[in-house]
Amino acid sequence: MKYAYYPGCSLTESAAEFDVSTRAVMDYLGAELVEIPDWTCCGASAAEPVSKLMNYALPARNLAITEKELDGIDVIAPCSACYLNLLKVNREVVGDRSLHGKVNEVLAASGLTYSGKVEVRHILDVLINDVGAKIIEQKVTNGLDGMKIAPYYGCQILRPYPVFDDPKNPTSMHRVLTALGADVHEWDHGNKCCGASLMIGHRDVAVQSVAAILADAEGADAIATVCPLCQMNLEAYQSQAQKLGAKPIPILYLTQLMGEAFGLEDGAIQFEKNLTVSAGVRRDIANKVWSQPNQTESGDDMAEAKADNLSKGASHV
Amino acid sequence: MSEAVRKTWSPAGDEIEFVLAKLKEEVGACMQCGTCTASCPNGFAMDITPRAMWRMIQFGMLDEILESHTFWMCSSCYTCTLRCPRGLKLTSVMASLKRLAMLSGKGRKDSAFYRAFMENVESHGRVQEMSMMSNYFFKRMDDPTLPFKFVPLGMKMMAKGKVHMPGGGQGGVLKSMFAKAREMEGLS
Repeated sequence: MKYAYYPGCSLTESAAEFDVSTRAVMDYLGAELVEIPDWTCCGASAAEPVSKLMNYALPARNLAITEKELDGIDVIAPCSACYLNLLKVNREVVGDRSLHGKVNEVLAASGLTYSGKVEVRHILDVLINDVGAKIIEQKVTNGLDGMKIAPYYGCQILRPYPVFDDPKNPTSMHRVLTALGADVHEWDHGNKCCGASLMIGHRDVAVQSVAAILADAEGADAIATVCPLCQMNLEAYQSQAQKLGAKPIPILYLTQLMGEAFGLEDGAIQFEKNLTVSAGVRRDIANKVWSQPNQTESGDDMAEAKADNLSKGASHV
Repeated sequence: MSEAVRKTWSPAGDEIEFVLAKLKEEVGACMQCGTCTASCPNGFAMDITPRAMWRMIQFGMLDEILESHTFWMCSSCYTCTLRCPRGLKLTSVMASLKRLAMLSGKGRKDSAFYRAFMENVESHGRVQEMSMMSNYFFKRMDDPTLPFKFVPLGMKMMAKGKVHMPGGGQGGVLKSMFAKAREMEGLS
């Protein structure tokens, strides 16, 4: 398996641990990632309000390079917004002759052209459909036994184009988490919006979304995400969300949890980069505190100790 | 006010008419069922419901549309687009409304983040989070305390080695594409 890898801007900075763990996990699973040479920003959700044409031309540039230099192999994007923007080119530009012509005219300004032959895949799609939950399960050496994870899918990997999962009732991340040995926290907020970039200009509005998500995750040991913006919003504004009744909880990338379950070295997981992962939480994960016997039956002391630990963690946030 | 905009010819004025005409086309089939409003996670912060907004577009109520801040509350979650029984691309309509407002010189504060983001992409090829945020604060001088809301987070991110210093990226590799798009959209 060989893929053209599009990390996206966030993964070079605020979501560095998502990049590192994605590369390590895919390598461990036998998938080769070739970074798209000279890739540039996809425009995220900021391009569409500024320029309709650049909203398509920015992601199309990366697909054009993949076509030209990597034989048009499937592109894999870990970030939800990158994935959707790249996918939109195939869904909205290719097939619309007039728009396709215009986008190619913009691309021609940097000597490129995109014919429309590159498949765009989200990492979750590849994990479920190319690798498969069975293989993931076989590769586990250090299962997440008893750890209860709330799978947070966010918005843009399933909406508006549900390519690899049911947008109303997604299960792809459930399957990966179960394969890792974790318990899945059933909740209603797995596909609700985190507020996205509203957090910058209208924080009071976005924090309400975050608070509702965190409140519904109560009872889980961590939330797993596959989007750098979701991760940032759920993680960095927990103290504000607490004022609205939410409890603090670690927010981890799915690939970090996979790295842990595969027994990869710390440098490939980088839990220390997460703002919500305190030394206490890291110790709990390492000691598998969630798989201790009698936890579910006589769990009161345990639950209290755990809550205590988590809130201690939160004071570092 | 929209009368004045219509009478004074300018490339931007043309673009306003063009965007509005396109919008009317895009929501023409709306049957006012309100599924979008019921689905919107940010509806509570909007002054006009999404359903009513589509009606205002159908009627071409440009002034009233531009006075609303509804579309600035859209976080592009695509729930309305997914659920619309008419299959309308409503999230994309919200983005077009943002563009319409910018072309009309409205929403300087609300559009500041998008503009700062795109300027950063144009200059560096890849977003440089720190310089993008500085540019955003510069555009939001109306609220001088704003940067302080982000200081604690910025410090934590720096301590974790999660932001790099301004500069770097891919340089101006996208400049020619941006220039071409501006020329084609009649905005240069």
